[in-house]
Order: sequence, then structure tokens, then C-alpha cells
Amino acid sequence: MTEQLAHSPGTAPSRGPRSLIFELGAPESRCVEAPPLDVPMGSLDEMLGGRTRRAALTLPNVTELEIMRHYSHLASMNFGVDSGMYPLGSCTMKYNPRINEDACRLEGFAGLHPYQPEDTTQGALELMVGLSDALAEITGLPGVSLQPAAGAHGELAALMVFRAALTARGDARKKVIIPDTAHGTNPASVTMCGWDAITIPSNERGEVDLDALKAVLDTDVAAFMLTNPNTVGLFDENILQITEAVHAVGAFAYCDGANLNAILGKTRPGDMGFDAMHINLHKTFATPHGGGGPGSGPICVTDELAPFLPGPIAVEFEDGGYGLGWPEQSLGRVRAGYGNFGVLVRAYAYVRALGGFGLREVAEQAVLSANYLKVKLEATFEVPYGRTCMHEFVMSGARQKREYGVRTLDMAKRLLDYGFHPPTIYFPMLVEEGMMIEPTETEPLEALDSFVKVMLTIAEEAADNPELVKGAPYSTPVRRLDEAGAARNPDLRYRPTPE
Amino acid sequence: MRYIPVTCEQREAMLRAVGVSTVDELFSVIPEAVRLEGELALPDGLTEIELESHMRSLASRNRPAGALVSFLGAGTYDHYIPSVVDHVVSKPEFFTAYTPYQPEVSQGTLQAIYEYQSMVCALTGMDVANASMYDGATALVEGALMAARVTKRQRVICSPTVHPEWQNTLVTYAEAGRIEVGQFASVDMADGTTLLHGDDATSGHTLADELASGDVAAVLIQTPNFFGSFEDLEEIARLTHEAGALLVVATNPILLGIMEPPSSYGADIVVGEGQPLGNAMSFGGPGLGFFACKDKHVRQMPGRVVGRTVDVDGNRAFVLTLSTREQHIRREKATSNICSNHALNALAATVYLSAVGREGLAGIARTCVAKAHYLRDALLASGKFSAPWESAFGYEFALAYDGDVMDMHEAMLERGFLAGVSVADVEAEWPTGIDSDLAEHLVLFAVTEKRTKREMDAFVKEVASL
Repeated sequence: MTEQLAHSPGTAPSRGPRSLIFELGAPESRCVEAPPLDVPMGSLDEMLGGRTRRAALTLPNVTELEIMRHYSHLASMNFGVDSGMYPLGSCTMKYNPRINEDACRLEGFAGLHPYQPEDTTQGALELMVGLSDALAEITGLPGVSLQPAAGAHGELAALMVFRAALTARGDARKKVIIPDTAHGTNPASVTMCGWDAITIPSNERGEVDLDALKAVLDTDVAAFMLTNPNTVGLFDENILQITEAVHAVGAFAYCDGANLNAILGKTRPGDMGFDAMHINLHKTFATPHGGGGPGSGPICVTDELAPFLPGPIAVEFEDGGYGLGWPEQSLGRVRAGYGNFGVLVRAYAYVRALGGFGLREVAEQAVLSANYLKVKLEATFEVPYGRTCMHEFVMSGARQKREYGVRTLDMAKRLLDYGFHPPTIYFPMLVEEGMMIEPTETEPLEALDSFVKVMLTIAEEAADNPELVKGAPYSTPVRRLDEAGAARNPDLRYRPTPE
Repeated sequence: MRYIPVTCEQREAMLRAVGVSTVDELFSVIPEAVRLEGELALPDGLTEIELESHMRSLASRNRPAGALVSFLGAGTYDHYIPSVVDHVVSKPEFFTAYTPYQPEVSQGTLQAIYEYQSMVCALTGMDVANASMYDGATALVEGALMAARVTKRQRVICSPTVHPEWQNTLVTYAEAGRIEVGQFASVDMADGTTLLHGDDATSGHTLADELASGDVAAVLIQTPNFFGSFEDLEEIARLTHEAGALLVVATNPILLGIMEPPSSYGADIVVGEGQPLGNAMSFGGPGLGFFACKDKHVRQMPGRVVGRTVDVDGNRAFVLTLSTREQHIRREKATSNICSNHALNALAATVYLSAVGREGLAGIARTCVAKAHYLRDALLASGKFSAPWESAFGYEFALAYDGDVMDMHEAMLERGFLAGVSVADVEAEWPTGIDSDLAEHLVLFAVTEKRTKREMDAFVKEVASL
């Protein structure tokens, strides 16, 4: 079907940007107003202690139809998982089941205030305990805090747990070691936790260079952070030697859980020797990404570290009731409230829908689908680490760049014309012209085959008509934006034109 | 249930294409010692019908504030959510999209964020806003961290009247080393605000004293504060800027519809919890943290930000920008580790502000303020409550109950009311420093536009009869 779409120069559709919401409506337009006042109204300025607003307030005045048309138009310029295959490596763009959306909107969940008495929130607390127990079982790490709001927040919270545990044993340390393939959030979290990030190179197999690791491990090292399977999609075969070496100097092993989807029910980070990890519920557990959030990044830790977890956390009492409690030596809060509860509801529903068998099936299909794509594409594109991959793999557009001057960015933009979201590109940085491809288990075989066909077509186009690829995309609402100009002269908000 | 469309037959064909006979061969790289034999010990999977019924049964074991007559606030507020909000955020192209890294197919998200940033600037009166943060507490912390980068100082002073959970969060981050939290000043018992100046008796416990020690990166203030009282921003800004520090102000976005914005008093960074703007209470999350600052500090601002630009054909277009501040480019030198925003919650806030508009927001805020003042007067007149202080307030206030607060809460819940937040309960986590005998009796009442005079009258009558 995508092949029939016009996707050559000069065929851009007419659904490009229109107005900003501020440019719509009229001063007297209304959508929702306050109900008529049923109490006496005193002097507002007096009630506010002389703080009544004098400054202008540039908000739109629009009708409901204008709102729906405006945002429907904006939505039509977006690509989501429901629009088509979204093989964005490291992001696990799987289908978001709709029953989960229904569940989190139930008044019994959405209408809860965080300060209600616990006997009016037993169902919510039971759900949180149920999700914590499931995450503990899945990761093999028994201590769970659902507080962190996102993966990076979870990373930071887990590093803070390490810090609290080290402080408790009177062991101040200074550094955290990170492989060069790590997500950027890892070193940024280390900095926020007041430590120095030390980067070590990966070996020629794309794995941790054990000798390089051992060379920098000393008693100043607080932790080693590793994504396993790693960001080139490979499971590190030396994982037990790695965690053992880390523990030998009294440091903690941290697992970045971004790639948990590959190993659900197949192996557990706790069993590999990791002391802590975060989980991206918005990746592995099918909660929607929302165009950038909200996510949720619970952390799971060993029994030894559990007393230091951020609180409060949901607990089950001996009498079968549920409540909120603080771990014994909790490091405190990392946010207000108890976590991104609405996201927790969705993830809980996902776990209950699949059960242990279903979760293992997820990992198996995710890995099979990634290997299938790799096998189909590796004759055309260079694959620097050729062995069996996990749920994603990284290939390179170096050949196309070398031979035809077509870069990975160009091919990524060309994919848009064929109705696919591009893979993650230029990450990790050690792969030249890298494309990180993660199909996820929820793509049908027809979509995988269609993606392969399109990638091979683009490779042909790169050879036969490189300018066509370099000028892509042609079918999107806007194309090839002036990003340098945006950064040089930032225009970050609407300014009304003076009348 | 399963969400995998590949059939058994297709699976066999895929295995053959890959060159293995079983799927387990693909996992042979995992050392045998850590391979999981057997299944995870989890409850069996459910069909959709079973799952729906299970989720409903869990939800029915809660008694949501939304279904009771609630006066709970303290950071999370039960405002009306216009119908149009959920209809927009439920559009799959919005909620199933990723962070808008590919601007050509993300103009919807990007333009919505640009509109959101514009509205936050309009509300707060600041020059620039980011694409949103996790919540109000973490936005306040990011404000403190940013002030430390701008001033190249480490010590921040937080008012004791800032929400206790936010103070707790701030201290957690401070323990990680990049900032220090100075001693907390005292609460001025005359009006329930930050004690700014003192006499001999309060010496050493005022904001002025704290600032006198020098080297302060930021003063963190919430207004209206945790107790509902408005702070004297003008004087606080004067003291803060005299000391060469930045003023970080947390505030309530609904009240900004009728209240002079913090920018007018000289705030350098304005933050807050955006939940009241069209987001469900959802047991305290997800909401969103809004964050705004001045143009001159924009390159020290944390978080995602969207800018307007043009595309190759000259069309107006939007793109993530100033990313050289961020972790995926700068790694350990980034302004923050944050890589998400609460985009969908920010979209809800944007649609909310569009739906109510300038007049509607002001009307809702006025209504809340009038009703809160009505309830406070009525509760005082009941003889069961006394005022701990006199102060201007918005739609939340603290009164001391003449009796056991927990008993009152229980009795009123039986009658269908959530009778405010017990200050002592929140303080159990993080003391604000007011006298504990008083705190034990203090109750915070929040009144939104959803409450009616009839409900308030019934509440006062019932509570008076206890």
C-alpha cells in the first residue's frame, strides 16, 4: 500500500502546519466556564492581599469545535505506534493495549487523591504491591520502589541508593564506570549524584572489555553501570565475570533496564549479579510514550540495598490490609506522591494479561523478530557485530555513504516517505552511520517483510539516484527543518503581534 | 491474552530464515548458570474479560475523592476537567508517539509543546519555559540546581513553608552532592509565612539572617505556600537579590489566572505542579512540573525545549532545540539527566487552558477563592475551628480544629466528606518547624469550583454537630 503513495519530489501533501491555537477564536469565544457563583463575592483584591493580576495574560479564547479541529490537525501530523511500524532501537515502541487505557481512567483510580485515608485506597495500594512483587520476580531483585517517574529518574534514584548504602558503611567513593556504549542519561545521572563518570571503551565484539574494566576498578569506584543486553543489542557473555570483578572492589553493579524486553522470563538481572536496576514501564510493559512522557522508572534492588530505597512504598500488612511505609533507612523522597500511579495501573494490567508464560513469549518473539530483520538486511547493509542479537541490532550505513554519498540520516528521512518511522540513528556513537533497529514483538510478519523491502528499495535508490534519497522526505507535512537556525535564534514562545 | 500477531506457522518460517531450529538457540549466549529454567512465578495470564473485571474490582475497593465531597488539596487539586481534554489526549497519534526526535513526523507533538511553553510563559510572566518536568517537586529541585550553575554557588535556602514533600525531595538531591541546603528559617506565626526579619527572640532564624552568611545560590519560596498563605514576594525578592542569589518561586497555576505573576516581583525561576490544569489526580501522579525562567539563563535551563523554525520549503515548523544542554549530547556535562518530559500531561494542560481561555481561567480561580473564603468564615463561625494566623490566601487555608483531627476525619468520612488534610500527617514526614501542639490540630482545606454552597453548608453543619 505504501508503494502506491506518491513519494518523489514535489508531492508534499497540503496538510502542513496551519495556525497556532493563539491565532484562533475571538475575544468572546468560550468553551468551558466556571459555574454561576453561589456564595457572596467580596473584593477580590482584598482577598488576595492586593495581588490581583495586572499583567496581561495571553491565552486563547476559542470554542470546543476549534479546539477539536486544531488538535485533530496536529495529531494528523504525528506518527505513533498506531500509525505504523516504529523500529526505534532502545525505545521498545510496542503496541499499547487499549484495556490498559480504560483501566487507568476508572474513577476508582483516576479520582484518587494522594492524601485520602488508607482505608479508602486499598485497591490502589494492592495494585502497587502486586506490581512491585511482579517486578521483583521478573528481575530477581526483591526490593522495589515505584517512585521514580522515568528511566533517568530511576537511574539517579538507584545511584542515590548506592550512595546511601556506602555512606552507611562509612565508605565514601568518587567514581562510576560506564562503557562507551551507554545511554547519555547514565553519565548525566552520575554527575547529578555528585560522582565522576569514567568511560571505558568496548571491545571489538561490542561488549565490555573486561581488562579495561579491571584496570579502572579500585576502591574509589562506587558502581559500574551496564545495559545488558547492551545498546548494540548483544547479551554480554562475560556478565558473571563482570559483576564479580565489580563486587571484588566493593562496588555495586547497576543494570540499565532499557533492554529488559529481550530477557523477560529467560534470565534475570538479579541472577547475573546486578545489585540494582531501573525498569522503563513505558518500554517493556507497554505503557504509552505519550510523545515524550509520562513514563515510569521503578527501581529494583537486592535485599542488602532495600532498606535505603526511596519512599514511601506500598506494603502489605500481616492482616491482609495495605498501606504506605518507609524503608528503614530510606534515602527520602525523589518526588512528591507515590509514583506515576496512572502508568503503574497500565503496567500492572499488562503483567496480569500476560502472566509468566506470556512475558516469556514477548522476549522470544522480540528476539526472533530482530534476528529475522538482521538476517534479511545484512547482505545490503554492514552489520558490525554479526552474531545473534537480542531484541535489537545495530547496522551501519557506512557502505552507502562511502559508495554513494548517502548518509544514514538521508535513508532515515527516506523511510518516512514509505510510511515507517526511522530507527534510532547515530547511536551508539561507536558505530559509524549507525541505525539501531528494534521491531518489538508486536509487529506482524507482514510489517517486518514490508520494512525489509523498503530498506532494500532505499539501498537501491541510494545507488541509482542518490539525490532522491538526499532530498527526502517528500511526503511529510514539513521536511528538513532548519535546526541550526532554531538553536541560533531561539523562538520558544508565541508573542502576540501588537495591534 | 497475548499481543503478538505472528502465527505459529510464521514463527517456524522465521526460525528457518534465521537458521535456528528453536527459539532457545537464540538465547544460547546467556550463560547457563543464569538461564531461567521454567516460568516466572506470576499469576496466570487473563483474558480481556477477566482482566477488565479484575481491574474494576480493584478500583471498586477505593473510595475516590472524585466521588466524595472532598476538601483535600496540599498540592493535588480536584478541579473540573473539561470533556474535550481527554478526547484530545486520547488521540493515538499523540499518546502512542515517542519523543519528537524526527520533526517531520512529529509536528503535532512539537507544536503542542510550543503552545504549552507559550502558555506557561503567559501564566508566569517569564520569558521562556521548558517542555515540562516530572512534577512540581522535581521542578523545584531543578530550579535550585540551575541557580547553582548560574551563580556558581552551592548553598540554597528553602522556606519552611514550602510543601514538606518538596523539601524532602530537595534534601534527597542535595545529599547527592551538587547543592547544599542551608538551615531553614522559621515560620512567621503572625501570618503563616516565611519569617523574613526578626527581633532578638528570633535572631538566627530569619531569611535575612540566612542570607547574611553569604554565598547563597537561591532562595526557594512557594506562594501561596503549603499553609495556603501568600508570601511577601516583593520583600523576599529584594532580600534575595541583595545577596546576589536567584529567587525560585513555586506557585499554583490556576491562581495565576487572577494573581499578579511572580515575574512582576522579580522571580528568576518559576516552577509548580501543573496537575490542576486538566490532569486527573490519579493518586498523585502523573502530573507535570512546569518550569520557566529568564531569557538570559536559557542555556542553563534543564529539560526539553521546542523552538520555532522553518523547513526547507519555508514553512513554519517546530523542532527540539538547544539540545547541546542535554544528556544525549553533553553526557556527564549536561544541565540535567532528564530526557523525558510529561508531554501528554503538558498536552492536557494546553487543551485545558485553551478550553477555559483567559476569562474562564480567571472565572474558575475567582470562584475557588470566593468559595474558600466562604467556607473559612463558616467554619470559624461554627465554633469548632480557630484561626492560627491571619493572612491573605487563595483557595486553600489552615484552621485549628478544637478536638482530635483523626476522629473528626473518620466521622466526616462516614458522612461522605474528605475533611481536609491533617498538617501533622504530612509533617510526620518532614516538619515545617511550627509548634507540634498546633500542627496536631491544623487542618488544610482546599475548595475548588466543583464544591457547591449546599455541600459546604452541609459539611459545616455536620462538623459542628460532632
